[in-house]
Amino acid sequence: MIKKKVSTVSEALLGVDNGMTFMLGGFGLCGIPENTISELVKLGVKDLTCISNNAGVDDFGLGLLLQNHQINKMISSYVGENDEFERQMLSGELDVELIPQGTLAERCRAAQVGLPAIYTPAGFGTEVAEGKETREFDGKMYVLEHAFKADFAFVKAWKGDEAGNLIFKGTARNFNPVMCGAAKITVAEVEELLPVGSLDPNQIHIPGIFVQRIFKGEKFEKRIEQRTVRKRD
Amino acid sequence: MSLSKEQIAQRIAKEVKDGYYVNLGIGIPTLVANYVRDDISVEFQSENGVLGMGPFPFEGEEDADIINAGKQTITTLPGASFFDSSLSFGMIRGKHVDLTILGAMEVSENGDIANWKIPGKMVKGMGGAMDLVASAENIIVAMMHTNKRGDSKLLKRCSLPLTGVQCVKKIVTNLAVIEVTNKGFKLLERAPGVSVDSIKDATDGTLIIDGDVPEMNL
Repeated sequence: MIKKKVSTVSEALLGVDNGMTFMLGGFGLCGIPENTISELVKLGVKDLTCISNNAGVDDFGLGLLLQNHQINKMISSYVGENDEFERQMLSGELDVELIPQGTLAERCRAAQVGLPAIYTPAGFGTEVAEGKETREFDGKMYVLEHAFKADFAFVKAWKGDEAGNLIFKGTARNFNPVMCGAAKITVAEVEELLPVGSLDPNQIHIPGIFVQRIFKGEKFEKRIEQRTVRKRD
Repeated sequence: MSLSKEQIAQRIAKEVKDGYYVNLGIGIPTLVANYVRDDISVEFQSENGVLGMGPFPFEGEEDADIINAGKQTITTLPGASFFDSSLSFGMIRGKHVDLTILGAMEVSENGDIANWKIPGKMVKGMGGAMDLVASAENIIVAMMHTNKRGDSKLLKRCSLPLTGVQCVKKIVTNLAVIEVTNKGFKLLERAPGVSVDSIKDATDGTLIIDGDVPEMNL
């Protein structure tokens, strides 16, 4: 067993620096690496490029890094629900690259599995494809999209073991698995960190080989962005 | 009488067939789930990674880890599954999802769709819309026939930045059901009490009228 466990978030984030590119898992506020984000705010590293489907809300998730002016560039598919983001984007402080959600996922996965680029039909004929190589396969047009290059991938899982094996819960899975191993160093924060042998190998979503460091998150707020309910009869 | 948003959803629900996997966009499309016949088996997919979506949870039973692509808390039905974003778009791109229903700002008579960006306004992003429209075999657009200024949303050419090209197959609006053909918009049905002429007036693109156009059956 190769041990991946670190005891603290600060140990997990050793080596993060100004100007780096980070991948961060999560969809909206669901399945985001909350403890890592809090620590990045504390560390104050800046001029960051963040690859993440969304940019959090004003006072939670990646919104906290934005408030602190730590992000230079966001690569996302959807960035609504965030006033500070909007202000920084319109004033030109923040560089934003919007890309289709499936393309975002696949550019992560390409990096994870050693593919330099992929062809996708998404965005063909739109401004997303401008300046990009296109090619026809079986009568349909595709756009060449390159694998991301990132320094760190920060992911959140439900359960993990000391060997870095991960299990996700519900839709908190989202982009987290495809970011594992897609950067030079992958750091996983988990709700439950178990000794090796505690997880059934049949149930593991991401093998520990894709994870360099794993730690138990101190606190998970798990904020809900749109609380929708129905009345009992 | 032009249809309400609920009635547009009700009409689209009739396009949902037994055994379909369906992806519903935000807005009117979300309402479609409320009108699908209960004697057929249908599974709803949400691109953030769930198949087999159920209704909203009862108060007090919300789970922050179970949401839809609109970031709303949801439940799952027996037989549901969760998966990552890559596999989710894989099932869309791979044409395993049978039907995609989404909203639009504009549709052109050759099936181009614009629904993500208005120049000069804050751009929030395309989310999964570009992947969905580029891949899905069967795309139905749910929208009002005209915008708030009264301008037609069914155009010869879209004026807004495109989300996808030549992809829309059918459009259901408050006035009509329209099929996108290689000759233009073909009027299939009209809303109860709405005349062919008023649909023609509200349509900027080429409208093909072939014989008697029946009223919709909700």
